[in-house]
Amino acid sequence: MTDTGKQPFERHKKLEKNVTLLAAATFLTVAVGGIVEIAPLFWIDNTIEKVDGMRPYSPLELAGRDIYIREGCYTCHSQMIRPFRDEVERYGHYSLAAESMYDHPFQWGSKRTGPDLARVGGRYSDAWHVQHLRDPQSVVPESVMPQYGFLADTPLNVADPSANLAALRNIGVPYTKDDVAKAPADLAAQADPEADPGDLAARYPKAQIRDFDGDPARVTEMDALVAYLQMLGTLVDVNSAAAQEELATEKGR
Amino acid sequence: MQAEAAMGRAGLWFGVMLLALAAAVMAHDTGFAFHAGLVAFVAFCLMWMSASRFDPAGKAEGFFRMPEGPSKYDDAPVRWGVIATLFWGTAGFLAGLYIALQLAFPVLNFEPYLNFGRLRPLHTSAVIFAFGGNALIATSFYIVQRTCRTQLAFPGLARFVFWGYQMFIVLAASGYLLGVTQSKEYAEPEWYVDLWLTAVWLAYLAVFVGTIVKRKEPHIYVANWFFLAFIVTVAMLHVVNNLAIPVSFLGSRSYSVFAGVQDALTQWWYGHNAVGFFLTAGFLAMMYYFVPKQAERPVYSYRLSIIHFWSLIFLYIWAGPHHLHYTALPDWAQTLGMVFSIMLWMPSWGGMINGLMTLNGAWDKIRTDPIIRMMVMALAFYGMSTFEGPMMSIKAVNSLSHYTDWTIGHVHSGALGWNGMITFACIYYLVPRLWKRTRMYSLRMINWHFWLATLGIVFYAASMWVAGITQGLMWREYGADGYLVNSFADTVAALHPMYVLRAFGGGLYLAGFVVMLWNVAQTLAGRLRSEAPMTETPYDPDADRPLPADAVPAE
Repeated sequence: MTDTGKQPFERHKKLEKNVTLLAAATFLTVAVGGIVEIAPLFWIDNTIEKVDGMRPYSPLELAGRDIYIREGCYTCHSQMIRPFRDEVERYGHYSLAAESMYDHPFQWGSKRTGPDLARVGGRYSDAWHVQHLRDPQSVVPESVMPQYGFLADTPLNVADPSANLAALRNIGVPYTKDDVAKAPADLAAQADPEADPGDLAARYPKAQIRDFDGDPARVTEMDALVAYLQMLGTLVDVNSAAAQEELATEKGR
Repeated sequence: MQAEAAMGRAGLWFGVMLLALAAAVMAHDTGFAFHAGLVAFVAFCLMWMSASRFDPAGKAEGFFRMPEGPSKYDDAPVRWGVIATLFWGTAGFLAGLYIALQLAFPVLNFEPYLNFGRLRPLHTSAVIFAFGGNALIATSFYIVQRTCRTQLAFPGLARFVFWGYQMFIVLAASGYLLGVTQSKEYAEPEWYVDLWLTAVWLAYLAVFVGTIVKRKEPHIYVANWFFLAFIVTVAMLHVVNNLAIPVSFLGSRSYSVFAGVQDALTQWWYGHNAVGFFLTAGFLAMMYYFVPKQAERPVYSYRLSIIHFWSLIFLYIWAGPHHLHYTALPDWAQTLGMVFSIMLWMPSWGGMINGLMTLNGAWDKIRTDPIIRMMVMALAFYGMSTFEGPMMSIKAVNSLSHYTDWTIGHVHSGALGWNGMITFACIYYLVPRLWKRTRMYSLRMINWHFWLATLGIVFYAASMWVAGITQGLMWREYGADGYLVNSFADTVAALHPMYVLRAFGGGLYLAGFVVMLWNVAQTLAGRLRSEAPMTETPYDPDADRPLPADAVPAE
């Protein structure tokens, strides 16, 4: 830089006099980091591997997840267990990348005002969840969680369940055409003990089919949210030998 | 001709209104219906304005205050921006205080619209994008004209940028209360609001670059490099992070095209650089103009500004993965994020040093000029939080601090201390000049504001340090029996006193802001407070005479 003589930053004056050059140089400078860090995640084994048991959300679980997002649950609850002794003992096996592979968008969270929920499924009864969502302080007196009783009073109203699945299918979630077509029926059947679920359980293995909110007469937003909470972390058998073997062979960690 | 143009415009707005009404009727969810109704209402107002004027050009100049001639700077959008900054600041700080109180006293949650989960994005967006964004738009329009010695390019577009940005804020904020969110932190607005913001942002880029192109100065001043980097990078981040596929063009819901780990890193690449470019590069640009102006000294070092500009914008982009330490993100990416975060310490302090050293030879002004005092405190907080950040990005530290209130405290020492203080100082500088007043209504009130805000930040940061470290240690505490000592609920209960103290600190900060609102309102009303000046050399006329003849000299 000093070859032009007098000033060490003489050549920088070129940039200072030409806004096109300045903008282009700026853009190139800020583009590098993202490309180097993010792009490899789309092809290295560790981040695109599929593990046994992972499947897309059933329409009811997806509706529950949409409510989870709508209410901003991610502002206080993480869904990402770090590989520390205390976290693994408190919440369960540390989270695998593959466990959120169908999460558009991800729900890892950034703050634990409340506990991690990555493996909350099956830890509490449906009735506990309903009571806790209606009035958290009635079951956990120290809690600072808001009340969500209105979910139990609001009928679940998804404008077009098939459209939700179709949109996700377009961005790579492996729903079949059959899944998309049957979405409205699946949505109703999973929370209604009277309805015939058909092949729901075959297409969505480990799907829990029952009334969740304690009111079998209708499907409410509470049904959907509890169905979602009850399936969190239940799909992958993280302690199976097969899962451990796959972890050992992956590249790019 | 003018009447025809007016009718044409009215017809256009009528069409927009009809489309929006149709969208509202056919909407798939209430949030989308409300937003379409809002757009229809705005279109109706604009149509009414267009149709009811006989002298369209004249009226347009009346409401939108088009520049009168080339002899003056085009400052109307700057004035609106200052008012908008104060207005949204009030909303954002109030929302912040309220959610702080909700965490201490959960009975303050009113389901569903006023629950914490819906108010929290309202607070963050209101302070970052509404308060900070308006401050950035206003100051960038002010600075780019002065440093280029020319009027804003495309005055009509500049007005679109201002009003379009307010529309974005209203859509985003009302959406949060209605539950319209895509859940990506600091990027919560849904697809159609994102598209609108993209249009506004490209217009902003056009006005800013257009003004630089027609500059009368040979060099582009350093503040404008930072503004340019801020505008260009935010455009890139916003577009990539918000790539999503809407479920329906008549509904608010969309799904991010990325999933899981890819989505997480894209989000924090965005999130960290919203801090790096919105809250750092943009505000450094404000600093680079207003600190030298207020201190009446040139910028300390030209070379330092070159080195720290390029290294800052290069390094910042890499730091995102430190938000994902010990997650399912691959280790190499986490480590890369950590290393770059630590390196980032140096260019960050380059900015602080360049700002503080500009006061060389004018340090006495800290005593006499409360605006300088605010600027110095802002730079000091900038330095502190850009030290704390790299420290927290070290994986061992992060394993304790992550997921806790330490992060919240860190963010607020930067946001309240750096962004807030420098914005207040700039507004105190701008208001008398924009409204042609001799000075602010009261300089002493600026001093009150300074102390209330500083005390507020101290309470805030200290309580969150204690809360965060308490929380982190309690989560990992093992007893002699080898079992975890605390249930999660125990840790929540332990934080209650700290949450109360935090709300108290936030209350002090808000109180300082209220003093500012009063001060600005009185200044706009043309009043001057009669008050003792900030410093006086003591003078006692009785003592100012020769000793009487009979006096005994002191031993």
